Amino acid sequence: MNSLVTRAQSGDEPPIKDGEPDVTALPEPRSQGALVLRKFLRHKLAMASVGVLLLIALVALILPIFWPHSYWDASFPSYEPPSGDYPLGTTQVGKDMVSQILRGTQFSLLIALTVAIVATLIGVVFGALAGYLRGIVDSAVSRLTDLFLIVPQLAAAAILVKVFSGSWWVVAIVLALFGWMPIARITRAEAMSLSQREFVEAARASGAGTMRIVFKHLVPNMVGTITVNATLAVAQAVLAEAALSFIGLGVKPPDTSLGRVISDNYAQMTGRPWLFFGPFVVLVLISLSINFIGDGLRDAFDPRQRRVKA
Amino acid sequence: MNLVFYILRRLAISVPILFIGSFLVFLMVAGAGDPLAEIRNQPNINPESIAALSHQLGLDKPLVPRYFDWLGGFLTGDWGISIAQGSAMEPVYPKIMNAFWVTFRLIIGAEILALILGIAVGVLAAVRQYTTIDYVATTLAFLFFSMPIFCVAIILKTYAIDINIVVNQLGWSDVLGNPFLRTTSPESLRADGVGDFVVTYIGAFLLPTLSIMFISFAAYSRFQRSSMLETLNMDYVRTARAKGLSGRRVIFRHAFRNAMIPVTTLFSVNFASVITGAIITERVFNWNGMGTVLVEAVNKNDPNVMMGWVVVIAIAVVLANLVADLLYGILDPRIRVG
Repeated sequence: MNSLVTRAQSGDEPPIKDGEPDVTALPEPRSQGALVLRKFLRHKLAMASVGVLLLIALVALILPIFWPHSYWDASFPSYEPPSGDYPLGTTQVGKDMVSQILRGTQFSLLIALTVAIVATLIGVVFGALAGYLRGIVDSAVSRLTDLFLIVPQLAAAAILVKVFSGSWWVVAIVLALFGWMPIARITRAEAMSLSQREFVEAARASGAGTMRIVFKHLVPNMVGTITVNATLAVAQAVLAEAALSFIGLGVKPPDTSLGRVISDNYAQMTGRPWLFFGPFVVLVLISLSINFIGDGLRDAFDPRQRRVKA
Repeated sequence: MNLVFYILRRLAISVPILFIGSFLVFLMVAGAGDPLAEIRNQPNINPESIAALSHQLGLDKPLVPRYFDWLGGFLTGDWGISIAQGSAMEPVYPKIMNAFWVTFRLIIGAEILALILGIAVGVLAAVRQYTTIDYVATTLAFLFFSMPIFCVAIILKTYAIDINIVVNQLGWSDVLGNPFLRTTSPESLRADGVGDFVVTYIGAFLLPTLSIMFISFAAYSRFQRSSMLETLNMDYVRTARAKGLSGRRVIFRHAFRNAMIPVTTLFSVNFASVITGAIITERVFNWNGMGTVLVEAVNKNDPNVMMGWVVVIAIAVVLANLVADLLYGILDPRIRVG
């Protein structure tokens, strides 16, 4: 940077040697992606959260292979206190709590990721098309968004999950079906402002069709907003699924989830707090770390944000 | 006058949305299964009475006429009957309205507290950015934001029992009531005199209010913090500082008033998710509010109750959004509503 400033101030260009452009004086150009990644990697809290989340996911995927007690095995003594054999005790029906938590974590992560991906896809497609095309498409999408927003996600999900059984993917699809609206609204606003820019006009002038402009020009330019909101949607989905399970209208056996493990065991909190706090701590760690990652991504994608906090 | 037209126009736009929404929910509810399955399975019930009940509920009609029957009834205040076992053909309208009142007063109290606390903490965290206060506020907000509300409620409920025991041991239960913190529905509360009334109702409302408040507080304080930071970086705040006003005066008279505008509307915008929080909290504390009504109706396949529930909430959400827009127009003179 220094050499650039002095060169500009002194006003005379340093002589360029034959066939050898002076590139060493300029800072290495970085792509947008590299800049964002660099900022994100420096965000300590977000990086720690990535570590925690990866650890939880890996343990939930790998540990069940080696764990001595199977998730299905209900042959252990009922309400065994924590011990070497059962680090978090056993449930009323005599299942090992650790294996319950591991399987619950698998399903909770699976459901939350599915919800976030499906909701983001729906939201981005609707929002980007509405923001670019405006007119009747925009009105239609906006009214559709209003329509889905007037019924609380939990209530609609409760009725629909009852209709279509409670397997994990039904819960995920239903939660996504009533969770895409915020992303659509944000994407619509951004698509609207982006479509005023020259590069969109240039693309249109060179003959690009609607689909090409929206998905090759607009959406890639919204990647920051989309990534941040998709990440936060994962955290919200973890909590939404837990709430649904708590009112008894979420996933049904053989599928399970952390929310279900908590709601099956919270009545024992006074006498056997480990049965509640075990799955609870894992659930909070998951959603907390995802929220921190979302926050770090927001800072990393924000070009105005220079200083990286905490 | 403009404002009246604006409100009327907004409400007029909402009518078709409510109409289509209620029809879609009607299809969902109709698909949820046979409402009379439980009655059919009873041993000594004759087919005639089932047919009569089926006719009374309009189940023998095709879907579309059945929907318009329901809609006609709904608009004239006849919301049908609840067919759930044990409810003795209770009419739906008073049932839902009672439940809505229970939920509504819980939400309003909790949200007002959450707004006050959230704004105060958010402003403090913004003014003292990157200090211990900011980090503590941020950590707490993230923590509450990442907790399922039912877990907050369950933890509060469990430790309330311990607090009640301590209150008893200290001999304060004569004044504070026994139990002081109630973990059940406040319906059968009785109070003698003003002091007793205050103590009894605080004891009954404290825990559910706190659990809703904590979750909302997390969102409000974060929102207020970023709004305040943005305002503090505005030119007019710098001008006020440059003119030599004291820091306190700049923060409260200039920045704070404007930074408060977005957060005051957040409650209305988030109304649907606040209701979700209330549903869950009520389930933990066994309140007979909208949460209990919904869960029972879904579990027992009670079509009229489900329909009434969804439409009442939908109307409430529409009105809350309208209030948000009006508030915004009143608080921010740059935005002209109408």
